[in-house]
Amino acid sequence: MFQETVTILGANRVAENVHTLQFGSARIARTTRPGQFLNIRPADTLDPLLRRAYSVHRIRGESVEIIFNVVGKGSAILAAKRAGDTLDVMGPLGVPFHYEGEYETAILVSGGVGIAPMPVLGDVLAAEGRRVVNIHGARTAGMIAADGRLINPRYATDDGSLGFRGNVVSALAAFLDESSPGAARVFACGPNRMLSALGAFCTERGLPLEVSLECQMACGIGICQGCPVEMATGERKFTLVCTHGPNYNISDIVLDSLPSVH
Amino acid sequence: MGHGPGHAAFSSLTFDFSPVASTEITIRNITFRNPVLTASGTFGYGLEADAFVDVAELGGVVTKSISRRPRDGNPPQRIAETTAGMLNSIGLANVGMDAFLGTKLPLLVQRRATVVVNIAASSIEEYCHVLERCEEHEGIAGYEINVSCPNVKDGGLNFGTHCPSVAEITRELRKRTGKFLAIKLTPNVTSIGEFAKACEGEGADAVSCINTVVGMAVDARTRRPKIATITGGYSGPAIKPIALAKVYEVRKAVSIPIIGIGGIMNAEDAIEFMIVGASLIQVGTALFIDPAAGVKIARGIEAYLREHGMASVTELIGSLDTSMQPSLVAAGWT
Repeated sequence: MFQETVTILGANRVAENVHTLQFGSARIARTTRPGQFLNIRPADTLDPLLRRAYSVHRIRGESVEIIFNVVGKGSAILAAKRAGDTLDVMGPLGVPFHYEGEYETAILVSGGVGIAPMPVLGDVLAAEGRRVVNIHGARTAGMIAADGRLINPRYATDDGSLGFRGNVVSALAAFLDESSPGAARVFACGPNRMLSALGAFCTERGLPLEVSLECQMACGIGICQGCPVEMATGERKFTLVCTHGPNYNISDIVLDSLPSVH
Repeated sequence: MGHGPGHAAFSSLTFDFSPVASTEITIRNITFRNPVLTASGTFGYGLEADAFVDVAELGGVVTKSISRRPRDGNPPQRIAETTAGMLNSIGLANVGMDAFLGTKLPLLVQRRATVVVNIAASSIEEYCHVLERCEEHEGIAGYEINVSCPNVKDGGLNFGTHCPSVAEITRELRKRTGKFLAIKLTPNVTSIGEFAKACEGEGADAVSCINTVVGMAVDARTRRPKIATITGGYSGPAIKPIALAKVYEVRKAVSIPIIGIGGIMNAEDAIEFMIVGASLIQVGTALFIDPAAGVKIARGIEAYLREHGMASVTELIGSLDTSMQPSLVAAGWT
């Protein structure tokens, strides 16, 4: 892991309240694995004080990209950054997705800004010759960056304005009904209630599901003990999302123990 | 090659003849190489930030509070950011005495850190037991006692807000070690000077001022507290003025060294604490933003000494100039 002051190469608004930032870092580009995140200081300020954690979204050459919604002080500052500005970045952090093993199809399910880790994951899986399908949902078409950043995408919107009408769980069910994915694994990221519903569905269908959790963090490196999620052992024990996660087999954690981030 | 002095090749060299300023401070058995220690709970067991900092460059590492048994800590939400600060209610999650002594301490020693073990407990017997076990191990320079713990024998009342308890803890632990012994005081009391005097009276080598301030944060949309325990410990730049005032109060009350803690982000903050009366300082919340902040602060203090032609960092301690302050202060009206 590294701490670097990087230069922003580009800043875009790619959908309603969906922003991206690209910056150059050969070291971070080279060492990031799918599902890892960066802990980023929005500005050299006392308010906001702490870093904010963002999944690495896409890597192209030495360019590293994050994607985010504006939900508060820190993200608002990031949304106002422009090419040429600098950023204090720490990472890559966290344990990557556990995508190794024998299976035919990787189904990447994301809701809203849960799209974040999927391009990096999809690219690595595709490079390994695996079949990759993305199911990405949001409330309405305007919130979706349907611009080719996802491999083999199937979109789902609550109002049916783009793709399947319904949520990603129903869209997944429809996908499974109409195709033969063979042995499949699901990787998901999105609001906790989406992960919860997906978890129930995957358990029912016997589909392995790994979820990438979003969690408020301070240090991001396992020191402050501020980012626990309860383990599903029934013993009231916790695991740190920043160092043991953020990617977990859903049956290993108690998703309900996590408050929603926003 | 073969060029003598005065040759053009040497004309761009400059030489700094200013005397090297000493940043060392000695208290009991420890000569701290500089006044900067990492605060308990903000640097783990001194191992996690390996990628960013060489712990040997710090004045010292104060470990996460260790307790007799491992502690799982509180359920989420444990942290919340506030304006220029942070609330925490971690619940003293730690690996426990055995795991710390067996697996963490040797690695810290290997990294040549000056190790101050912070101890938390829920009874006087437990404080004593943990310290006695630590005394059996090599590599511990001294102790800092976290008295901000609930006394399980007194209905969970906080030791740290009960002066006789703080005195008793100090007395019992002083008997059990000849090493550096500091008591970490809580600011959540009416008269921190009283507590400092009690520690001094029982033989503490230093008092750490301050632990976190009680704080709270509420989400106006959900109407819920932002952390699971409703209130928690407040830290960060927002508490610096509170901490400075407490250090000042303690300085007037006792002669033993003070370890200043509270919102230190940079060398200037650290120096302010020393001017008010601290001999050493601890960096805490700043490490969450920059794990190398401690080392940067140590270097900044050194640079300050050189710039001001000071021979030793000890010249700063308690050098606050109140000669211009009117005698109003003594009358208590603010």
